[in-house]
Amino acid sequence: MANIVCECGHINPIGTHLCAKCGRPLSEEEKSKKIADMRYDGTAIRSKTYKKTFIDHIWNFFSSVKVGVSLIIITLVMAALGTFLPQVMYVSVPLGMTEADVYEEKYGLFGKLYYTLGFSDIYSSPWFQIIVGMLAISIIIASFDRGIPLYKSLKNQRVRRHESFMKRQRIYGEEAMDEVQAAEVFDKAQEKMKALKYKVRREEDVLLAEKGRFARWGPYINHIGLIIFILGVMLRLMPGFYLDKTMWIREGETAAIPGIEGYYIHNNKFIFETYGDSDEKVEASQKAADAINSKAKNYQTDVTLYSDKVDGKSLAGNTDDLEKIKDYSIQVNKPLKYDGFALYQMDFRQNELKSMKFDLVNKKEGKSLGQITVNLDDPAKKYEISKDIYIELKSYYADFSGFEEGVPQSASPIPNNPAFIFTMFTPEVPKGETSFVAIKQTLEPLGTTKYQMKFNSVETRNASNFTVRQDKTLPLLLIGGIIFMIGVTISSYFSHRRIWLQYTKDGRLLLASHVNKNWFGMKKDLDSIVSYAKLPPYIDQVDEDNKKKELDNKEDGDNT
Amino acid sequence: MNKKKRRLAIRSIILAILIAAIAYTVYVTATKDTNQLIKVGDQAPNFVLTDLDGKKHQLADYKGQGVLLNFWGTWCPPCKEEMPALNTAYDEFKNQGVQVISINIAQSDFEVRNFVDNYKLNFPMTIDKTKSVMRTYNVDQLPATFLIDQTGKIKKILTYGITEPEFIAYMESIKP
Repeated sequence: MANIVCECGHINPIGTHLCAKCGRPLSEEEKSKKIADMRYDGTAIRSKTYKKTFIDHIWNFFSSVKVGVSLIIITLVMAALGTFLPQVMYVSVPLGMTEADVYEEKYGLFGKLYYTLGFSDIYSSPWFQIIVGMLAISIIIASFDRGIPLYKSLKNQRVRRHESFMKRQRIYGEEAMDEVQAAEVFDKAQEKMKALKYKVRREEDVLLAEKGRFARWGPYINHIGLIIFILGVMLRLMPGFYLDKTMWIREGETAAIPGIEGYYIHNNKFIFETYGDSDEKVEASQKAADAINSKAKNYQTDVTLYSDKVDGKSLAGNTDDLEKIKDYSIQVNKPLKYDGFALYQMDFRQNELKSMKFDLVNKKEGKSLGQITVNLDDPAKKYEISKDIYIELKSYYADFSGFEEGVPQSASPIPNNPAFIFTMFTPEVPKGETSFVAIKQTLEPLGTTKYQMKFNSVETRNASNFTVRQDKTLPLLLIGGIIFMIGVTISSYFSHRRIWLQYTKDGRLLLASHVNKNWFGMKKDLDSIVSYAKLPPYIDQVDEDNKKKELDNKEDGDNT
Repeated sequence: MNKKKRRLAIRSIILAILIAAIAYTVYVTATKDTNQLIKVGDQAPNFVLTDLDGKKHQLADYKGQGVLLNFWGTWCPPCKEEMPALNTAYDEFKNQGVQVISINIAQSDFEVRNFVDNYKLNFPMTIDKTKSVMRTYNVDQLPATFLIDQTGKIKKILTYGITEPEFIAYMESIKP
């Protein structure tokens, strides 16, 4: 495709509206206008210049403002779609059902479709991500396409413009004067412009004063902020940048914090307080959800944070010399924050078995020979009451769930339903007798015993549930947000003002001015310069047009 | 002409990078559950645990040998089932430069000792009391078996009960 050669000899790329050198109108569209379109300073939007290859077509698609706006609207519509039915994280799925079943049962075919299409988890759905990604591409490409030519054009702009360019500016004025007078006017204007903090360039008989060019970069800075923000949100999905895990920890336990290398937490005590009757206790069987309804006042876990780091290096499992970092009371909305991660109090479990006391009892007489305490965390092999009275623990099942081929089974490592196989040694039965003891159940697999382990009492403890969160993208989101706001501020509160002066060969002084916004402020500047330097009076051609239109309308009105 | 070619190249590169970024994001989200910090090909994180005999085992000390890590618990049926097979495989490979370190998840000494005695296990048995190693290796499903080669790289991660021929084949694959 051919370039456009201006009358002044400058070669402009195809699609240029105003010659980059002298400002003469080049396109037919531009020539037909009374006032020059100064958007992007009349440069060719890059994508409009070449339409050849497949890549160029894609590029042009994303460069279009219409496409950008459509993408924004689609994003909003999709986000709105996500509010039609509850999102999947707010749906509690009953045992034996899938999420899809729940949606189908509750909302019928629509619900099923809704789930299948991924609207039930809108932000994680590929649709949403693709649309937001396309929006990001659109922002980047549109900025490249407009920002680069605009930058080049403003950087290389000439002081001398063709008369037709000046005449076609919104603010224009001209007056005939002799050379001496013109030189004086130029000097005084320059002086005043400098006082008003304009950058002034003067070449013989032409002058360009410019102020606040950076205001033109506002939208592009704002786009950079947006892109950084989107990048931050994208990084959250990558492994290692955003962490959201849960952990259970019982009172008295020390455990590694999941996902956070080298840190350990020790649960000193869980505290649950209610309003009113302070002695009110929550029953063991009560679930956390019920407990919340009983006028909860405080959920708190007193913890100690440890680190295993030696010279800044961590070695998993190396828990011999943990270094205490601090004590802290984690409460709801008062997380433990350290080194970029945070622990939140989320849930609790009360009255988990900790230890059990048994009496060694003679079945016939009911007399106790002594008492033992089995620590469920760390049961011992042998419990001695006296030299010839002792009990050996043969097996321990924390969560007894029944027998399988005669062997007792444990469903979990949590002592929900502890069961034991004891062998009791007494002076009466020195070779020992064995019994299987579980809650509300005693079996004597090797024959009837004379003695039994009689349950006496239990000691319990509480467990806390924490959410572990770490978000390494926060600084990026913050930086993106700040840059975005800087861009918004620049484009809202600053304007790019330009004034051209020219003394023509036929003895006229031309004045033209352009500003990208805030014409009122521009005119204030102009008025002070015009009155100080005795520049030609100017007119606002848009205002004139409007007045004329109004006048026409009035005349129309009179006719009726 | 050159300018146009360069422009086309720049445009292609920018578009390719941006589209790849979107595709990667969508892919990562779609496979979130399987995408872990620890994966095959990574350097196995170093750790130290003490076995039931009081001997310390540090992974780094086994460089130059293959190492099989086995995470388990007594309440997990497939863990129990694979133990005899692992024991046999251990006996066969212990003099061929393949070590086995078994890691119990935070159970009591009593339970673990009892289990080892009942099953007559010969390989070193450690207990990860603080779940530190388990969490470092991102184990959330038991049993979990990690195969580590002589350079310390993770060759394979298996999260199901393994049979004896499989154990032998896998240990063969990490033999130095």
